[in-house]
Amino acid sequence: MSTHDHSSSCCGGGSCDSAAEPNKSSQGCCQNTPAEGECCGGGSRRDFLFMTAGAMAAVGVGSVAWPLVDQMNPAADTLAMSTTEVDLSQLQVGQSMTVMWRGKPVFIRRRTAEEIKEAQDIDVQTLRDKQSDSDRVKKPEWLIVIGVCTHLGCVPLGQKTGDTRGEYDGWFCPCHGSVYDTSGRIRKGPAPKNLEVPQYTFLSDTLVRIG
Amino acid sequence: MSAGPRTPFENKFIEWFDQRLPIFTMMNKEYGVFPTPKNFNYFWNFGAIAMFMLVTMIVSGITLAMHYAANTGLAFDSVERIMRDVNYGWLIRYIHMNGASFFFIAVYIHIFRGLYYGSYKQPRELLWIFGVVIFLLMMATAFMGYVLPWGQMSYWGATVITNFFTAFPWVGEPIQTLLIGGFSVDNPTLNRFFALHYLLPFVIVGVVFLHVWALHRTGSNNPTGIEPKDERDTLPFHPYYTMKDSFGLLIFAIVYCIFVFFMPNELGHPDNYTPANPMVTPAHIVPEWYFLPFYAILRAVTIDIGIPFTDITIISAKLGGVLLMFGSIAILLVLPWLDSHPVRSARYRPKFRLFLLLFVVTVLVLGKVGGMPADVPLFHITKDFVFTTTHVAQIATVYYFAFFIVILPVLSRIEVVKPMPASIHEAVLKCQSSCGGNA
Repeated sequence: MSTHDHSSSCCGGGSCDSAAEPNKSSQGCCQNTPAEGECCGGGSRRDFLFMTAGAMAAVGVGSVAWPLVDQMNPAADTLAMSTTEVDLSQLQVGQSMTVMWRGKPVFIRRRTAEEIKEAQDIDVQTLRDKQSDSDRVKKPEWLIVIGVCTHLGCVPLGQKTGDTRGEYDGWFCPCHGSVYDTSGRIRKGPAPKNLEVPQYTFLSDTLVRIG
Repeated sequence: MSAGPRTPFENKFIEWFDQRLPIFTMMNKEYGVFPTPKNFNYFWNFGAIAMFMLVTMIVSGITLAMHYAANTGLAFDSVERIMRDVNYGWLIRYIHMNGASFFFIAVYIHIFRGLYYGSYKQPRELLWIFGVVIFLLMMATAFMGYVLPWGQMSYWGATVITNFFTAFPWVGEPIQTLLIGGFSVDNPTLNRFFALHYLLPFVIVGVVFLHVWALHRTGSNNPTGIEPKDERDTLPFHPYYTMKDSFGLLIFAIVYCIFVFFMPNELGHPDNYTPANPMVTPAHIVPEWYFLPFYAILRAVTIDIGIPFTDITIISAKLGGVLLMFGSIAILLVLPWLDSHPVRSARYRPKFRLFLLLFVVTVLVLGKVGGMPADVPLFHITKDFVFTTTHVAQIATVYYFAFFIVILPVLSRIEVVKPMPASIHEAVLKCQSSCGGNA
């Protein structure tokens, strides 16, 4: 490469070999003051090739890496299983049923009048996860929540007759002692959030589609 | 890995081979004549024992993989088939199951040895850090292995552990979905856990290689914590320590065999012989015994940390528990810099020794509490205030972290050591005359 120290340090490339004298012209790329010349900011054609090749290599690595990461996300068949339809006609007032949706249990409860009143009368501001009952149900009689404790994912008790339902008449998680009320809201214990309400639509009075 | 200058071997084939690839020279240098402090006690067996357990786990694991089906519909039955129909399948599975426990026993004693005799101190910091990395990899491997039989504990263990990630705001849930490959723990989860459970032991082998390499750069620590000064302080590794390691390994293997043959399910949970059921959580979920202290730390955090007098929560109890649990292991990585006392061995540091033994008791207490249901009432302090296992876990957690963050740095500055011998040789001679041959 160039025998001139300043030219090699400035341009680092062969294109400047001819520019033996410093400060030769304002167009020259080998000035000691890089303010004017075009190539002195980024360097020579070699630098340009080096950087574009590097950038392409980075894009290439990224485009191979992403499929390898994304393959771990839910596959198309897993996503396709994401709705389920439930017939509610057999459920009496005060009864619950558990259905499977996305591999998780969904609690459907036909609430009694007292339970609805209990859920609505509470002062929302005193709750850990502030949500009024009306934000959590489409029809007050039907409470539909995902039966997975928001602490660490256990299934709370309270669906079967005879289960411990906790001091707020909702659900009780046996794993770490979280207590939920009749609206599935967290009232006590380590869980940070209310039981999640899934997306659902009533297709008719007795048929609901979850998902 | 240059083996340095060679001395020719008598055997013509070995010499031919060694000229081209000096493996024999290297083995002789690192495991034959390798100068080893002559005052090792039996605590120094556990590195070799852990190595033996790693090989045992890989061999029994590969064998099991030949009969195991990583599919939620088949997994449980394929494990039962291994137990009932595959020739000696019961033996191989019990070796593998209990092997995990005994691998952890060996490693916990190995870690305790490192703590007690200050093996993590300069110049062995990197050696120690590789050790912590091995420990982390072992935990990940053990957790994923426990999921494979697809019993109730497998399923709910996987659910609880992967839910740790949802504690992190915003990124948590996408990460969890990515890890389990769906909206709940299911077939994609089982498949990838099997792939990773097969892979990680070989990663462990790689890190063990680095661990041993680093060890052979610095040489072993020893019970006095004093570096060997001349050849009176050391012995060649073979036959002295090959023999001592073999003897210790034999004793360890006897205990291991007692478990494999006479009480193979003693360390497991009966719930895991019930097939996984996503609709029913077992009443009492606990991890395997070797995770219990960390599980207790997770559950010890029951309060949100927020801005005072507002509703704003900065760190929820859930996130706090997860951070402390990971932190309890991560803190080991910086231990060499938390304890900067120049003397290594607890033999000459009475205060350090006392606090360290208290730390061991704390870890055992955490393990005990972690295995119990949350909030078991123990006794009344006042009429309304009941002292529960959660309080025990909280006090123990505070000590766990205080030991590293407060006690060690303070002791580093103020602790006065007991008189120390000038060399290993002198320590051994003094011991022979005064402590009844108990090296």
